[in-house]
Amino acid sequence: MPITRKDVDHVARLARLALSEEEKAALEEQLSKILAHAERVTSLDTEGVPPTSHAIQLANVARSDDVVDPLSRDDALANAPAAEEHQFRVPRILEEEE
Amino acid sequence: MTAPSAQFVTTIGLEIHVELKTRTKMFCGCPVAFGGEPNTRVCPVCLGHPGTLPVPNEKAIELTNKIAMALDCEIAPHSIFHRKNYFYPDMPKNYQISQYDIPIGSRGSLDMEVGGESRWIGITRVHLEEDTGKSVHVGGGGRIREAEYSLEDFNRAGTPLVEIVTEPDITSAEEARVFAQELRSILEFLDVSDVRMEEGSLRIDANISVEAPGRSGTKVEVKNMNSMRSVFRALEFEEERQRNALMNEEELVQMTRHWDEKSGVTIPGRVKEYAFDYRYFPEPDLTPIEPSIEWLRQLQEELPELPIAKRRRWMEELGLGPYDAQVLTSSPGVSVFFEETLEAVKDANPKQVANWVANNLAGALSDTGERFSDLKITPSQFAELMDMVASGEINASQGKEILSAMLLTGTSPGSIAEERDMRQVSDRGELEAVVDEVISNNAEVADRIRAGDMKPFGVLVGAVMRATQGKANAAVVTEILKEKLGAS
Amino acid sequence: MSELWQHTAGQLSALLGTGEVSAVDVTESVLERLRSVEDDVKAFITITEDEAKAKARKVDEMRSAGEDPGPIAGVPVALKDIFVTKGIRSTAASKILENYVPGYSSTAAARCDAAGLPLLGKTNLDEFAMGSSTENSAYFETRNPWNLSKVPGGSSGGSAAAVASGQAVWALGTDTGGSIRQPAALCGVVGVKPTYGLVSRYGMIAFASSLDQAGPFTRDVRDAALLLDAIAGQDPKDATSLPIDHPSYAASLEGGVDGMRIGVVKELAGEGLQEGVKIRFDEAVSVLEKLGAEIGEVSLPSFEYGIDVYYLIAPAEASSNLARYDGVRYGLRVDGEDIVQMNSKTRAAGFGPEVKRRIMLGTYSLSAGYYDQYYGKAQKARTLIIRDFERAYGEFDLLVSPTSPTTAFGFGERTDDPLTMYLSDICNVPTSLAGAAAISVPCGLAPEDQMPVGIQIMAKALDEPTMFRAAYAFEQSFRGRDSQIFPELVSR
Repeated sequence: MPITRKDVDHVARLARLALSEEEKAALEEQLSKILAHAERVTSLDTEGVPPTSHAIQLANVARSDDVVDPLSRDDALANAPAAEEHQFRVPRILEEEE
Repeated sequence: MTAPSAQFVTTIGLEIHVELKTRTKMFCGCPVAFGGEPNTRVCPVCLGHPGTLPVPNEKAIELTNKIAMALDCEIAPHSIFHRKNYFYPDMPKNYQISQYDIPIGSRGSLDMEVGGESRWIGITRVHLEEDTGKSVHVGGGGRIREAEYSLEDFNRAGTPLVEIVTEPDITSAEEARVFAQELRSILEFLDVSDVRMEEGSLRIDANISVEAPGRSGTKVEVKNMNSMRSVFRALEFEEERQRNALMNEEELVQMTRHWDEKSGVTIPGRVKEYAFDYRYFPEPDLTPIEPSIEWLRQLQEELPELPIAKRRRWMEELGLGPYDAQVLTSSPGVSVFFEETLEAVKDANPKQVANWVANNLAGALSDTGERFSDLKITPSQFAELMDMVASGEINASQGKEILSAMLLTGTSPGSIAEERDMRQVSDRGELEAVVDEVISNNAEVADRIRAGDMKPFGVLVGAVMRATQGKANAAVVTEILKEKLGAS
Repeated sequence: MSELWQHTAGQLSALLGTGEVSAVDVTESVLERLRSVEDDVKAFITITEDEAKAKARKVDEMRSAGEDPGPIAGVPVALKDIFVTKGIRSTAASKILENYVPGYSSTAAARCDAAGLPLLGKTNLDEFAMGSSTENSAYFETRNPWNLSKVPGGSSGGSAAAVASGQAVWALGTDTGGSIRQPAALCGVVGVKPTYGLVSRYGMIAFASSLDQAGPFTRDVRDAALLLDAIAGQDPKDATSLPIDHPSYAASLEGGVDGMRIGVVKELAGEGLQEGVKIRFDEAVSVLEKLGAEIGEVSLPSFEYGIDVYYLIAPAEASSNLARYDGVRYGLRVDGEDIVQMNSKTRAAGFGPEVKRRIMLGTYSLSAGYYDQYYGKAQKARTLIIRDFERAYGEFDLLVSPTSPTTAFGFGERTDDPLTMYLSDICNVPTSLAGAAAISVPCGLAPEDQMPVGIQIMAKALDEPTMFRAAYAFEQSFRGRDSQIFPELVSR
């Protein structure tokens, strides 16, 4: 199934990428091609085959509830593109969370 | 065409978020605490720096299992974390590590009583995730949409958070309130969270829809309910709003609404332009949680007696009334205080003690907003007070006065009574003299009583009490008066 | 007498151990070589000359104070600029991290430091390790030392080229779907993709978390074993690192391949190979046979679609891993009216075309309605590939194939068509998907273009000892222990 321009717009929005029209046009074509090549996977009969999300099986890896010293506030903000009152400053947020 | 209100059916489901009381965050060793200077409890991991990886806190997994068990959930033998992908500036990785199709606990229930009737509310799932940071909106009166910009503090980011989702089994605002209170008590007894709604360690959202015959319901999500009272008020408001809309044949729209405590109404949220698409997928940085049977058995054994069981036991074994039993099991603080007082008393009986703790003591605390854990007095001091009342050393109103003093100073009831010369007068000889004087001063009343009219009896008792500045033992006074006036 | 920079790490370790040379001598020799050819090769994004010399002095001081700085201390190393290094700019070859100076170090870098390896610098790569030619670096192209008009492969092209040209004695790279093995083959050096979980991923800027694995680039097999010994082992900061005590790989080299069962993977060693690759690979197999290995052929049908499975899984994970580059806490920011605009403009300006393409592809394959068809399906197909491996390892101890179907290609040759570029990794992705181990060992130059060819030796998870044993036996027989081959750094 080829990717449509609508798909590209939707995905670019989800991924927060401000793409140019040229980029969108190229992606529409390239993604379609890549997914068409993947058709032998997408059309594979995998009835009864369990998915693998970890190739190496481990379980219950956890750490004990012990405090590790946090960063100093200056270090925490050292790479901040914009900071104010020891917080990270961002442009206004239009949408509420979730 | 209006349907009678009895035909409306209200359906409510709750989604509760509980911050766990661990020492450290869910996936890094930063300390967990409320408030504090911004960005002082952060590290590369919880700031989502490149290359950092999450390592789960075993205590958080344990506490989540306890919650799931207390809510009678099935515990998944194999559960996994997922990534929930969406952008938000208070979420450092722009995905939240959460759980999706295999939560730690599922298909549980919570047993509660509403108006003396037992109700079982289904628990859909109990899962573990991480909290976000906090945004402060600057300008525009602090409101998100009018703000000029926002500031991000990541101290809270990564705090272990348990999400509890109920089945849509709740049928009224009152039931929702009872459920929320019962759940809060359970969480307190489990000692897994501070459960302070005002600090956000307990957060409750609701889905509510009202159906009328022939009119299906419209699910509305209600958010921003910051106290137990606002859960009740918001849902009652929303129920009424939907009923009115149905009666007036107005169209209801599926949406999120925010409770506004001040104006007492729910306000519609922004209608979302696009449906959310969280692109959940199994978190590759983490391994599955596969609890052993032995470990689960051990956790089960460590579970404390839950409030409802304790309540029922006390009603049966100690003969407590439902109200007292409810108050005494509403938090582990009050419950332990009651139990320890009971162990320490000599003369007072359990019902009496229960009544004092549930009414006088709990009432005094709720006036000041304190908790049992903040109490200055010990159960043994309180037991001493109970014994003084029970033995007649002091009367009830003196007891209350002493209690207020104790709560302020933390001193023992005996010394307060002495200081204030509040020992109750029970000595017959001393009281008989007072009674005689009262009778002679109130000859007319006394005659009526002698003639068999008991109505003004209290007047004489009151006069004796006044004459002794309230120190007379009312029972002894009554006895003497009856003897002297030949009343029965 | 050859120059110090020409020696292998094993040789240098011996010289350093006896005190014949100092760590400062070695480091200065290598730095001089680095500087003298860097304009031709362009392997480094950041050169950390001062840090390297300071570390070398420290190692020398330890030795002269009678302390043991460790068996390989003093041999300088280069790190792919995807390993985060405290106080040293770490970019992942992306504009979005151009000025990012981390406050912490990756575990792999920390272990190199603990082993006493002076850090020469941070090497070039395809942006966020996405690519097979290093042409996707946001900064510049790295050139193949064997022919400067050809690519070094990728994504760890800088590390591969640095080791091949003598700019570093050894280097670390990362391999998600061939990013160590393919450039190793194209540059004529040894490259190891260890078992998933053997080397900590902490501080390795993530591309595809379930596949990413760090490993060494070296000029011989012994060095690869030595460096892997230094960096492998469980890390409490990485929940997926394996809780095992790994054997010494350097002690696993001897023993030969006599009686070893080695399977040639039909799907990777037949059609579609460049002629010279086929010739050198077949010769290499016959060398193994002469050494006593039992050679057989094995057909693993699922490998045919390995590349498709890989390109459904890796971009999906990447789309999520790269969401954190949003202009809020670190890195590039391009201002916008509101947060959505700021995020979107920042990411549009900060990411290059290949990264955007993979984010788009991954976001799409995870999005509502497509998960089962793409990501979910690929995860099941991944199981089938693992099962094929299991079946093969029932019959064989090791599997072999060419590391890359072609030798190094020219700049721009594959950049127009992403799919063709993706197919460069066809021989490498099955091992990655199975989380298993593989090594690429040089097996000569293709007659038609005089460019290096590599043989890929694959082992089941954690069977690095067997893999090293075969690789070492092959290398010894193929080119002799002490040969130090350096390309001439010319364009052809």
